[in-house]
Amino acid sequence: MSDSSKINSYTLNNLRELEAESIHIIREVAAEFEKPVMLYSIGKDSSVMVRLAEKAFYPGKVPFPLMHIDSKWKFREMIEFRERYTREMGWDLIVESNLEGFEAGIGPFTHGSKVHTDVMKTQALLKALDKHRFDAAFGGARRDEEKSRAKERIFSFRDRFHQWDPKNQRPELWDIYNTKVHKGESIRVFPISNWTELDIWQYIRLENIPIVPLYFAKERPIVELDGNLIMVDDDRMPPELAAKAQMRKVRFRTLGCYPLTGAIDSEADTIEKIVEEMMTVTKSERTTRVIDFDQEGSMEQKKREGYF
Amino acid sequence: MDIHQYLDQDQKKDLLRFLTAGSVDDGKSTLIGRLLFDSKKVYEDQLATLERDSKRIGHAGEAIDYALLLDGLKAEREQGITIDVAYRYFSTNKRKFIIADTPGHEQYTRNMVTGASTANLAIILVDARKGVITQTKRHTFIVSLLGIKHIVLAVNKMDLVDFNEDVFNSICADYKSFVTRLSVPDVHFIPFSALNGDNVVENSQLMPWYHGKCLLEFLETVHVGSDRNFDDLRVPVQYVLRPTLDFRGFSGKISSGIVKLNDELMVLPSRKKSRVTRIITTDGDTESAFTPQSVTLTLADEIDISRGDMLVHPENQPRLERQFEAMLVWMNEEPMDPFTQFFIKINAQTTRARIDQVRHRIDVNTLEHHQANSFSLNEIGRVLVTTNKPVVFDPYSKNHNTGSFILIDPISHNTCAVGMIIDKLSQADLYSRLTDNETRKLVEGGKSLIDKAELESRYGQKGVTIWITGLHGSGKNLAAYTLEKRLFDMGATAVLLDGSTIRSGLNRELDYSPADRAEHLRRVAHIARILNDQGIIAICSFISPREHIRGQVAEIVGKDRFHLIYMDASPDYCRSNKPELYQLAESGKLQHLPGVDEAFDIPVNPAIVLHPQPESVDVEQIIDYLSAKGIFPITQNRS
Repeated sequence: MSDSSKINSYTLNNLRELEAESIHIIREVAAEFEKPVMLYSIGKDSSVMVRLAEKAFYPGKVPFPLMHIDSKWKFREMIEFRERYTREMGWDLIVESNLEGFEAGIGPFTHGSKVHTDVMKTQALLKALDKHRFDAAFGGARRDEEKSRAKERIFSFRDRFHQWDPKNQRPELWDIYNTKVHKGESIRVFPISNWTELDIWQYIRLENIPIVPLYFAKERPIVELDGNLIMVDDDRMPPELAAKAQMRKVRFRTLGCYPLTGAIDSEADTIEKIVEEMMTVTKSERTTRVIDFDQEGSMEQKKREGYF
Repeated sequence: MDIHQYLDQDQKKDLLRFLTAGSVDDGKSTLIGRLLFDSKKVYEDQLATLERDSKRIGHAGEAIDYALLLDGLKAEREQGITIDVAYRYFSTNKRKFIIADTPGHEQYTRNMVTGASTANLAIILVDARKGVITQTKRHTFIVSLLGIKHIVLAVNKMDLVDFNEDVFNSICADYKSFVTRLSVPDVHFIPFSALNGDNVVENSQLMPWYHGKCLLEFLETVHVGSDRNFDDLRVPVQYVLRPTLDFRGFSGKISSGIVKLNDELMVLPSRKKSRVTRIITTDGDTESAFTPQSVTLTLADEIDISRGDMLVHPENQPRLERQFEAMLVWMNEEPMDPFTQFFIKINAQTTRARIDQVRHRIDVNTLEHHQANSFSLNEIGRVLVTTNKPVVFDPYSKNHNTGSFILIDPISHNTCAVGMIIDKLSQADLYSRLTDNETRKLVEGGKSLIDKAELESRYGQKGVTIWITGLHGSGKNLAAYTLEKRLFDMGATAVLLDGSTIRSGLNRELDYSPADRAEHLRRVAHIARILNDQGIIAICSFISPREHIRGQVAEIVGKDRFHLIYMDASPDYCRSNKPELYQLAESGKLQHLPGVDEAFDIPVNPAIVLHPQPESVDVEQIIDYLSAKGIFPITQNRS
């Protein structure tokens, strides 16, 4: 074992302790559920979670597939990255989209962020889970991201309608997880609940985990919309907006649908610079996600409805 | 220091998980808000939201209400209380921290228990104006119940008592006198003011009399590494990894201890042994691994191992039992139904279990014990648990990971209770093996068509048990058989039960260990009870060496029907009657002989004491006693 993993001979550092906990959670799901799936958002947190799964079953193959819910509005670089990474690592990849919504022309520019997120993300996810009859789905959410997440369990129970009831959560003690569900019910599992944003970056650095290049600063065509820096990623951006695009050196702190994900001005083109920038930033991660501004407690609302 | 150095340094930090207990009134949320704020974990946009919310729904007037930063869920924000456990994250240059922020009121005891289950340290807040109150005691009890070894009694609102040292000292003294009753090895006291930040992240000028560390410095430096158990190797097999025909790995998180290459391991419950050939960690193959790493082990021999098994060192084994005593916390809205066959999950093992007996309920405010048959939400008590198959465990006090369990309702699948194992059942304890009286009432049995008066008039006697106790060789059997003959001649109906007859047939699988002896006597007691119910006198001749067991036999039979006779013979007299037996026991070749290597309790209050003579015994005392009591011949108008 490399020296960086230990403080003295029998102490684990923070990252290795979090890693051991996450792997324990991932193995528990593989052992206890009939048909688990790992939801893959292609973001940095997902990348860490996927790496943890690879480690949990090394030297074997991960016994469950990855599933990406493609809202059809993801950055093109994300899709390219998804294809390359999963092929190289030999993952079974499922890609699901709400085709009815897509054919009806639902999109953020035409229908607004609320409708788009509901139809193309939440509904798409629920349909996909039902279609494949998954009884457990891993998600890469962290508790330090948002206030309502701070109280969510690692094993978060969902009823037959995929609803989360924050007032009726199962007690979760020590590292003993209640994995019993009835037919049709399911569990969302968050193996990196206890990781912070800094832990994620540290781990990516330590383990050399590949991530989508959009996280690193680069000159990109940017339009400023209500204070958010939106990148022109394809020709679906209304031409009158796209016309205002200017090249700016930016990077993304989180990744989602390109019209709903704001960039930040940045010079950080390495992980070290990203961390340095992060330590001096004054805005929390989710401010670059447009969807949070809809209403107070909006994330909690979305989660009750089944969104991750 | 450049960023590379910083990151290299940061990577080596360890993690402290702590719990905060106290109510909003004690300034708990304000304290946490300040820790997050001062460690720059609060971002500008969160601060803007906070200022907006503070004015609208805050409880701090025009000032910033730090509590709003923490209360995540809408319902909680509106009610102004922290209902659920919330986990918070922050780090300093020395350490990373996870705070389990738990609500303070009694109706949220289960939430506090949840938060405490993963914490190494607890901050218990008190208001300097109020001092140690009932809530403080309740929180301390829960913290000690969950085995947290470090407590900080944080005395808040020192500004409101003019930073007075005497006030602080008197609170510390109060608390010390209470906490000594509980087993918490490490207790610290810190005076502070969350509102103004005194002694939170910096030592305050306003309390020059306080020479200890401020709260944050204390949290950064407190040593918790030695709380980990590196002595007893326990690897619960969580997952069997079989990617190819020639690789079989056993994956699990090391609950405690250290495993090294070539160690001999034993698999429980099969007790098969093999040697460690590979240790695969997240960092590749290693020579050794330790708690709490998640590893995959391979073994030299192909032995059958599946999920739920435990790998241990053969010379250091955990318990493998079907019964244990535990402290239980009831977590469900629905009260406990004593007939439920729960699922029990204890590390990677899942089986069925029932609660055989509630020993007592503990009042979390006074720590008093109360009789109870069941539990409601948030109640805590001591229980006896029986599982369907033997489970591997350690006492919680020795090992939190292998000594904790959850009970899952078989219908709703909710986690309805959690438990901490005290230990396996004390071997000599018979009482726990009794049918619970409450349960007995509820089980519908057949009902005899002959009533008691008819039986008594037919037999001319009352159905009682004459229980003769005494050492080996004291002449019990002689007395019993003489009594049987005498009663028969007088026209009574009696059945004789003696140790050798019962042990040679009915109880032939039981040995003389205290546990089996208890089971042996339990069965005899039930036979006597059945005979008595049918109006027949039972003459029982058994050593029954322990006073508490005799008391328990009396409870099975019915105290008013149980008549104890003590054969008071000197040890020399007994030895002269059974010389070979005593010689074997005294030379250590035979174990469990009462009076030699097992205790024999002289009965405290026998009905009759007999002094045996060689070759004869005078049972007339017993006959006279039965007559005087109106048992035989029966006296209808006497009891």
